[in-house]
Parts: sequence; C-alpha cells; structure tokens
Amino acid sequence: MSNGSAFPSLPILDQEPTGRRGFLKACGATLGLAAWATAMQPLVEWSQELSVDEFLQKHYRELKPAEKQAVFRRLEEDCKKDHGVDVTISDPQAIPGVQFAYALNLSVCIGCRKCAEACHIENNHDRATNNSYIRVFEMEMGGIDFEKGDATYDHPVPQPGKFYMPVQCQQCENPPCVSACPIEATWQEEDGIVVVDYNWCIGCRYCEAACPYHARRFNWEAPQIPAEEINPDQGYLSNRIRPQGVMEKCTFCLHRTREGKMPACLEACPTGARVFGNILDPNSEIRWVVENKRTFVLKEELGTKPRFYYFFDE
Amino acid sequence: MTRTLFLTCGLVSAACLLAGFTAGCQRHESAAEPTPAVAAVNPGTAKLYPVVTREPPLPQGIPTGTNDPHGQSISLKCFTCHSARESSPHTYQSADLDEFHQGLKMAHGQLTCISCHDAKDGYSSLKLADGRTLAYSESMTLCAQCHGPQYGDYQHGAHGGMTGHWDLTRGGRERNHCLHCHDPHSPQYPQFAPVAGPRDRFSPAASTGESHE
Repeated sequence: MSNGSAFPSLPILDQEPTGRRGFLKACGATLGLAAWATAMQPLVEWSQELSVDEFLQKHYRELKPAEKQAVFRRLEEDCKKDHGVDVTISDPQAIPGVQFAYALNLSVCIGCRKCAEACHIENNHDRATNNSYIRVFEMEMGGIDFEKGDATYDHPVPQPGKFYMPVQCQQCENPPCVSACPIEATWQEEDGIVVVDYNWCIGCRYCEAACPYHARRFNWEAPQIPAEEINPDQGYLSNRIRPQGVMEKCTFCLHRTREGKMPACLEACPTGARVFGNILDPNSEIRWVVENKRTFVLKEELGTKPRFYYFFDE
Repeated sequence: MTRTLFLTCGLVSAACLLAGFTAGCQRHESAAEPTPAVAAVNPGTAKLYPVVTREPPLPQGIPTGTNDPHGQSISLKCFTCHSARESSPHTYQSADLDEFHQGLKMAHGQLTCISCHDAKDGYSSLKLADGRTLAYSESMTLCAQCHGPQYGDYQHGAHGGMTGHWDLTRGGRERNHCLHCHDPHSPQYPQFAPVAGPRDRFSPAASTGESHE
C-alpha cells in the first residue's frame, strides 16, 4: 500500500490512507481534548481570582492566631485591590458569661423597614438586590399566618388591621442549619450566635433549605457596593464583603455587639420595638422583657429553641 | 480538637506527677487556664456608663407669622398673651380660638388645653393632674401619669428608640424622649412611607421578569 496510490497527482492521498478505526480514534481524541479543555475552563478563570493562600486556607477554627492575622491582612489587601477601600477585618471573640438574646415588640413595630435598611448598610449587602438579613412581613391582625403575610408591601405604614413582623435569624439554640452543613462551615459560637466561615463554605445551600425561618441568603454574585458606601468596620465572621457562591446570615452584628454596642437594626428602630442584651444578666432589659412580657418564639413546635422572642403589649 | 485535648490532659498530668500530687496539680491547672481577653460582665462591681435621654423639642414660643428685619420669624413667649387673658376650661380645639394656635391638630383623647398646660403662670409650664406645676423639661412625668404601662416599658428599655451600648460597662447609651416620636397634641405615631423592600425573588417585580418558574 505504501506506493500504491491510484492518483499520483494528488500527493495528499499518497499517504497511508486512514482507516475507519484511525478516523474514529482521531475524532474521539479531538472530542475528548475539547471536553477536557471545556471542563477545565472554570478552573483557569477561577485561579485568576483565587490565590494559593486562599485555596489552602484552613477552617477558621483551626487557624492559629498568627495564621488568622495573615488571613485578615490578606482580606484587607484584597478589598483594597478590588474596591479601593481601606477596611479593617476584626475578629472579636465571644464574651465569657454572655448569651445574646433579642426581643421584638409587635405592638410597637410600625413596619417602616428602617431595621432592614440599617442591616443593608451595616452588613455590606448587594445594592442592586437591596438585600438584608431582615424581612418585614405585613400580617393580618388576629393570628400569625405567614401565608397571608406580605414582605413586599409598598404603601404608607402602619395600615389599619395589619401588624408588622420583622423576621431575621433566630440564632436557634438547636440550629437545623448547622446540622445540615456537610462540611462544618457554619457553627454556633459560645454566645449563641450562629456564624459562617465564608472561606470554608462551598455554597451547597443545604442550610438555606434547613432553616425554617428563611434567614439565610445565598450570594448569587459577590455584593456590588459603591466604594464610598462600603462599611470599613468589618468582622471576619460577620459583615466583611462575601465572595460569590457562599451563604450568609444575620450574626446579631457580632462585630458591634461583641464590642458592647447595640446591633445596627436596633439603633435604626425609631419606635424602640427592639430589645437586645445579655440574657444571663438578671438586670438586663432583655431579661426583664422575657420575665415580664408575654413572649413567644416562631415555630416553637420545631424545637429549634430560638433566642429571638416576639412579644406584644396587653 | 479531641487530640489537642488529649495532649493537653497528658501534659497536665505529667506536670502534676513531676510537681508532686495535689497542691502542685491544682497550681498547674490554674496556670494552664487561659486568661479571658475580656473580663466577664459583672454589673455589680463594674463602673457603668450613663444612659442619657436626648433633649426633647421644647416649645420656643408661638410664631406670630411676621418676620423681623433680619428675616427671622418673630415668636412670642406664652405669657406675653396668656398673663393678661382669662383661660377657658372648655377650649378643646384650636378652631375654638379666634387668633393664634390656628391649625394646631388636637387629637389626644378628651384632653383640653388646661389639662396639661398651667394657666396659673401664663402657660409657661405644665400642670400635673393633682395641680402641681411642672417644668416643660420634665414633660415625661406628665405623660407617665396616664401612660403608666408605656412609662414602665420605657424605664425597662422596652419602649422608645435608643443608640449606644447594650453593655453599659463598655459605653453609654442615648435614648429618645416621648416627644421625639409623639406629638403631645396628636400623639398617635403618624403613617409614613416605608423604606423600599427587598428586590429578591419574592418581590412582584422580580417574579414577573426572569422567573425560573
């Protein structure tokens, strides 16, 4: 076959003709290569954003103090590079002898959504989606029926015949979201706050499905915020700008509350419907409310044991 | 975690053996305990920062509707008129008056002007239900005589907006006065437009557009 061409004027055919088997092999190899390249494409793009340090970063709770500091400094540099803003990543620890609890007076809440707005600003939420950890429901008077609740009302408040019920993370003592996480990227701290290590989370959203209060949010995109609006006082476990594809949630503003300050939503509340404090302190306001008011928790029957109490005046 | 604990236990027991039984053991255990970075909250002994009530908006006199040569509105002190005029216990609405206080909305139960204003000194101060005079700056006491439950809630930090610290050992707190939210003549909290809601998949705008359903 080596010199047996019938058409010498066509040198290309002078070569050893390709058999069916060879042709299929070549096709298979080409397709395989193309598929492999396509499959690897995200990795190429990904590695542009993800440094080796970030990829190799350990779980928050396994980081030694020096490693933590290195991580925080790296995140600060990244923020400077990506947003052009000088931020401080802090890592306040739970205060011994403190268990946080929150209470909300439904008789006083007027549904102004100032709390949701304050959360939006404080926690560096995406501006386009107007995201917030607080969802305020306009509810029919006479019961707690979320089927009849409306979280997207847009008319003057308060409306007659309605009451308003802000819902955020209930910081459950028995948090289903923590049990649902397959990789322990979310856990409960000593002071009762459930936190997420945004660098460990893989974004599977099991926790979002597990939460009966719809308190967790998924970052479909990294939050987009104008540089001058970024809150530079950031906590590693709380309000630092989250990466794309991870879960986030209310942390009772732990970067503020572990410094003794009030959460942002409480400071924004014009009516004083919100009460926050250390439930272990017998002289605290929150303790007085729980001891003296008719409080209830949302979906008590689920056994999640929320640290967020609702109450109303007689 | 377990391994660390195990190792720590091992180290401590080894140290105990070396140091010689109980006394040494106790000393070592207490030495191994980490010192908390922040002292536990102890309201009994720690110094507490103050809780301050913000100054309420106090009446600065009654505007006459005319301006002085500098363009500032001229207002009169209450007693300018009221020291020379007889007060009427029946005046209930500003519409009952021929001049001044026009347009003042009065919607506070069955109260009349002199239920709260003290006619004795030309309306320069307030009057408690038992007839005692009360300065305008003490108006919370006046409110409290009828609104006891609300005042009780306020005293326990469960009514009225505030800013500052939950932990008074770390910093102070500022609280609103009744008058920051409630107009004394028409105390019901007014209706107003809320802040814009979320633009997520629950909002009507989003669900009509690029919905996955």
